[in-house]
Amino acid sequence: MLTGWGRTAPSAGRVIDLDGDAVRGAPHEALPIDEGRGAIPRGLGRSYGDPAQNGGGSVLRVLPGRSPISLDRNAATVTADAGVSFDDLLRVLVPAGFFVPVTPGTRFITVGGAIASDIHGKNHHVDGTFGHHCTRISLLTADGELRTLTPADGDLWWATIGGMGLTGLIVDATFDLIPIETSQCLVRTQRIANFDALVDTMAADDQRYSVAWVDLLASGAALGRSVLTCGEHARLDDLSAKQRRDPLAFAPPSLIDVPRGGPNVLSRAAVRAFNEVWYRKARRDHVGPESITGFFHPLDMVGAWNRLYGGAGFLQYQFVVPDDEVDTMRVAIERVVASGHASFLAVLKRFGPANPAMLSFPTSGWTLTLDVPAAASDLHVLLSELDELVLGAGGRHYLAKDAHITPSIVRAGYPRLAEWKAVRRSVDPHGYWISDQARRLGLLEEEVA
Amino acid sequence: MNNAVQQPQTILVLGGSSDIGRAIVEALASPALRHVVLAGRSSDPQRPDVSPDVTITTLDFDAGDPTTHRDVVAAAVEAAGDLDVVIQAFGQLGPDAADDPEAAAELVAVNTAGAVSSGLAVAEQLRRQGHGVLVVLSSVAGVRTRGSNFVYGATKAGQDAFATGLHHALHGTGARVLTVRPGFVRTAMTEGLEEVPFTIDPGDVADAVAGGLRRGKSIVWAPGVLRGVFGVLRYAPDAVWRRLDR
Repeated sequence: MLTGWGRTAPSAGRVIDLDGDAVRGAPHEALPIDEGRGAIPRGLGRSYGDPAQNGGGSVLRVLPGRSPISLDRNAATVTADAGVSFDDLLRVLVPAGFFVPVTPGTRFITVGGAIASDIHGKNHHVDGTFGHHCTRISLLTADGELRTLTPADGDLWWATIGGMGLTGLIVDATFDLIPIETSQCLVRTQRIANFDALVDTMAADDQRYSVAWVDLLASGAALGRSVLTCGEHARLDDLSAKQRRDPLAFAPPSLIDVPRGGPNVLSRAAVRAFNEVWYRKARRDHVGPESITGFFHPLDMVGAWNRLYGGAGFLQYQFVVPDDEVDTMRVAIERVVASGHASFLAVLKRFGPANPAMLSFPTSGWTLTLDVPAAASDLHVLLSELDELVLGAGGRHYLAKDAHITPSIVRAGYPRLAEWKAVRRSVDPHGYWISDQARRLGLLEEEVA
Repeated sequence: MNNAVQQPQTILVLGGSSDIGRAIVEALASPALRHVVLAGRSSDPQRPDVSPDVTITTLDFDAGDPTTHRDVVAAAVEAAGDLDVVIQAFGQLGPDAADDPEAAAELVAVNTAGAVSSGLAVAEQLRRQGHGVLVVLSSVAGVRTRGSNFVYGATKAGQDAFATGLHHALHGTGARVLTVRPGFVRTAMTEGLEEVPFTIDPGDVADAVAGGLRRGKSIVWAPGVLRGVFGVLRYAPDAVWRRLDR
């Protein structure tokens, strides 16, 4: 039985491991025969809902081949197998003086997943999405052909980036890297008293990385109180003499693993206490060095943290609204606060402009991400209210997080969906590539005019 | 595919005119719901009170004719796609069954044999799609049979045993079974019968089913208190049990 990271809506499929080298050697024989339920690629299962599972069908993982990571130091690019995790990558890249162009809040994702979800990070407003930094993708399409795509391929390139694995199996890819002098980040941490102050501060922000953690239990005058962190990769001069001895050291710690089978410990009271401590422990305004793990991937220190929500799992809800819809964002936060659904670690971020990928999520505006336990019986009420707000403001939902929206919501949020479907169909007319999410959202269905 | 808050997109009701079936559809209705298939003997069953955006398809279904059950499931899939929730809602009370061997056999053919064959046809589809829930409307009448309606009770006991066993057989396939054990429910089937303690309405059964689906239960009682009541009553001395059955 497979689920996404949120552990909701399981389905059973046949998990098949493919070897990256074998796929490249004999692409025409690599794909399992369609027994009527198709296939979908899966990486490390970190998308939250059901995009990387396929009930009754095949679920394909590409295991890294013999030389899965090849770094070109002169060009500052890397070619990596699709199944390579960012954890593996960073352990090679950081000591060599490079960083991935974009990282989400965890290292435990794969290169293939990063492209298929067109992931973003704290630097979106400056650097755009991951797909924006890719220069070549090997894509195994449903006809068994291994195609080498570049941005010059136009439609298929931009349908594959953010295409949720539905144009084909990404086998490997080449992308640009960020040269770094140190493995530390120079981070400014500010406590922000409320939503208005947060928006003003973030709008004026000019740092490469920035993100705000928002306390979604604070209400009234404290609505939207946040801890804002902004940073850049630290230069050698920013480090202490001691740190300078091994400036590119990278040894991410893993502190504990959450055991299986526990109950939901993220009750409202627990989240309230956590939020209070998190806000209070943050310094009012402070600049200092932080490790890559501490700044980008703090939750990776807790293994299997998704189990904290107990057996019913949780939803991560992420949406974006345009720049001028700050008021909608405020109303959304008010709704969440009023609903009483505790959200642990809600995150607000400002996006830069969208890229040409048809289903890429980020677009110029404000994005909010919140986690809520799925067990609450009235959660659907809040979700429907938020959906309405988001669509009303011309916003949309992130498919890598989505676990509950509907075909009409995705159609409204992604105006280029029909265009994407046409490109998808041109390389997969029989619908070989399909996931539970694709069925749920009708991503393979013909658009009715 | 159910979404993360366990809202189905497609529902098949076997016994499409059932009051309880309709109430369950209404309780499970949400913006996620796209398609409801009502399979039953009536070609014009009462439409559930759901959004006009929901497509309703009607199919002919005879619980007593097992040769058609696979075809009915296939037709439902053809119309609606994957079946997220299937409700086995048909059933007869058979008031004359105790005195009429033929009527009794007919009751077994519908309530038990029909439940087994349609249940297996549904299970086959749910296994194929790797997800989905079969909701089986059993009855407390099958938990311990009463002298006053023991043939009905026996048919429901068979259906109940089949459903709980099927749930185990499906473990790991992505498909599962929710066995529902209502007490006395005010429906067209029970109209005119004398009410007993803990009598409820179809909407109460529907709420119990919705809650059970959300929590991933395999058995729900409606009302919930009957679980405790029958926990005791099923072991009550025969004389006491007969006295209660008035």
